Amino acid sequence: MTGLAATGAPFTVGTPALNFGIFAFFVVVTLVIAVSAAGRNRSTTDYYAGGRAFTGWQNGIAIGGDYLSAASFLGIAGIIAIYGYDGFLYSIGFLVGWLLVLMLISEPFRNTGRYTMADVLDLRLKAPPVRAAAAVSTLTVSLFYLLAQMAGAGALVSLLLGVKGSVGQDLVVAVVGILMIFYVLVGGMKGTTWVQIVKATILAAGAAVTTVWVLSRAGFSLPSLLQHAAASSPAGTRVLGPGLEYGVSTTTKLDFISLALALVLGTAGLPHVLMRLYTVPNAREARRSVVWTIWLVGLFYLCTLLLGFGAMWLVGGKRILAAPGGGDSAVPLLADKLGGTLLFGIVAAVAFATILAVVAGLTITASASFAHDVYAGLVRHGEAEPADEIRVARITAVVIGIVAVIGGIYAKGIDVAFLVGLAFAIAASANLPSILYSLFWPRFNERGALWSIYGGLITAVSLIIFSPVVSGASSSLITNPHVNFAFFPLNNPGIVAIPVAFFLGWLGTVTDRRPADSARFARMQVRALTGVGAERGGRA
Amino acid sequence: MSLFQPSQGNAGSTASYQSPPWGEISTGALPQPNRTSAIGYEAVRASRDFWTIQRRYGSFVRPVCALFIIWYFLFVIIAVFAPGFMRISVFGDLNVGLCFGVLQFVSTFVIAMSYRHWARRRLDPLSDRLRHRLEGGQQQ
Repeated sequence: MTGLAATGAPFTVGTPALNFGIFAFFVVVTLVIAVSAAGRNRSTTDYYAGGRAFTGWQNGIAIGGDYLSAASFLGIAGIIAIYGYDGFLYSIGFLVGWLLVLMLISEPFRNTGRYTMADVLDLRLKAPPVRAAAAVSTLTVSLFYLLAQMAGAGALVSLLLGVKGSVGQDLVVAVVGILMIFYVLVGGMKGTTWVQIVKATILAAGAAVTTVWVLSRAGFSLPSLLQHAAASSPAGTRVLGPGLEYGVSTTTKLDFISLALALVLGTAGLPHVLMRLYTVPNAREARRSVVWTIWLVGLFYLCTLLLGFGAMWLVGGKRILAAPGGGDSAVPLLADKLGGTLLFGIVAAVAFATILAVVAGLTITASASFAHDVYAGLVRHGEAEPADEIRVARITAVVIGIVAVIGGIYAKGIDVAFLVGLAFAIAASANLPSILYSLFWPRFNERGALWSIYGGLITAVSLIIFSPVVSGASSSLITNPHVNFAFFPLNNPGIVAIPVAFFLGWLGTVTDRRPADSARFARMQVRALTGVGAERGGRA
Repeated sequence: MSLFQPSQGNAGSTASYQSPPWGEISTGALPQPNRTSAIGYEAVRASRDFWTIQRRYGSFVRPVCALFIIWYFLFVIIAVFAPGFMRISVFGDLNVGLCFGVLQFVSTFVIAMSYRHWARRRLDPLSDRLRHRLEGGQQQ
């Protein structure tokens, strides 16, 4: 993969002081937003769901903000800049998956849940073990995704601030962690959402401006941009077609199909995306927000395609790979080439804000799941005081922040888009089957849910552990070449783990002889499609 | 698996659920459904109005989901196993693969907008009507 952690490369871009200034400005602005938007955060609905008072377009942009992580902005553009077309394949999977969220998930989910994914399963099955399982998988997926973001932060910021050496990078990761804990503690869901909206807007604007800039260098001619890009790549016009990264052997081809499956099915299982569906007053606004998200995400990815090819042309793959952060540095380097130190600083700060905001979104999701599902639902059997529950959520946020910092320090140097691909595979196998089954399959029962969640989770995670990601390849986490337990040849477990999870959900259900609870399924369906009895929305 | 299948079979048989205390479903006002228990929902689910909503939702969502998933995997399979096809030039360096990829974006936008449009026109009025009746005219 592209993550060559060239720490302390002989290499500075921009002026660290200027970059630091722009950074500090962004951090202060977002902090002010988080604090002023936070409001009271007295009830759990305020803290977890922003009072359910956001409109469709606000939430749509915020979901886009949550989704357009550093992996999208930096990672995909970087893969395009180095491998060309194969990076484009990522962005298509990331986008198409939203149709599943739009048509099958958004409205039923909003109508049948309160704060977390486990609420939906609980309404259908009323089983504490299922709630526990859903919480476990929510926490696992969120932590994995967090790790990906934190891994990106260290490499990126060291490039931007001219931080040399691994101690400096670790320090940066720690600062990111502390800032994001602060957003979540002070802002709750409302503050975090506003940070998300502001960040998504700046990110989209920044990408659009840079894209137009790149196009103008090519005389506003797409074929000319492609020609220049291909001419400056060692692979020539081959970068304009698929296969440079994934076409090497049958294994890499299968790996790509596995990734494609994980991307298209994973979006609908991402807990931090699902939780955002609760921040709007009703199912109709949830639907509207997903349509907004699709437009934002789609147009943004079209920009990253041009940015990637632009970076290939104007910066060159060799220089990108040599930079700290590898492929992830393609867009900042492109900005430097186009607009000099100022644009570089702005793009870099946007990327930093992106990481902060996504990390905050993930943290609030994970802490909500722990406080609402584990503490209030399981420990206190649904009898927890709201103030207590929020206190637990805040403590959890701090703990998760610390875990993320430690994980991020360990994971730095791994390609961000790639790590996110793994998180998608886990989400698609652990979460999606039980969500779809409980919404649409009358027979689905407790055993089916437990088997599909734990089965999917364990299959996905263990396949990753026994894959070349962890050992046995030059890019593995364990760099010692003598340690090799990579029994599973593919990097992405999706193609195996997702079908296994669906199968286990089915098997568990049909082997359980107890009759299905048709009254609960009827309530589920009536609520899902009509909104009867759904959680009421708040006022803006 | 009976994904989106309307519960047609239950509609006629009162034996499969407790007959609702408020009488026939499709006429008259219904009491507010209970938030904490699932009692009464089976009758609603068996009602003609709900059946219509369910069938209509399925009739759009089922084929469209199948279509976009097939369309996406067609793209993935061609990209992986027939990269030569993707490299065929359309206009200069603009090749089939890039056009195909951009078409995936276009189809996603089109499907999203048409679902939104369709749901607003064909689904929302029905589900609104049923919800208002079930909630006994109480507005949110």
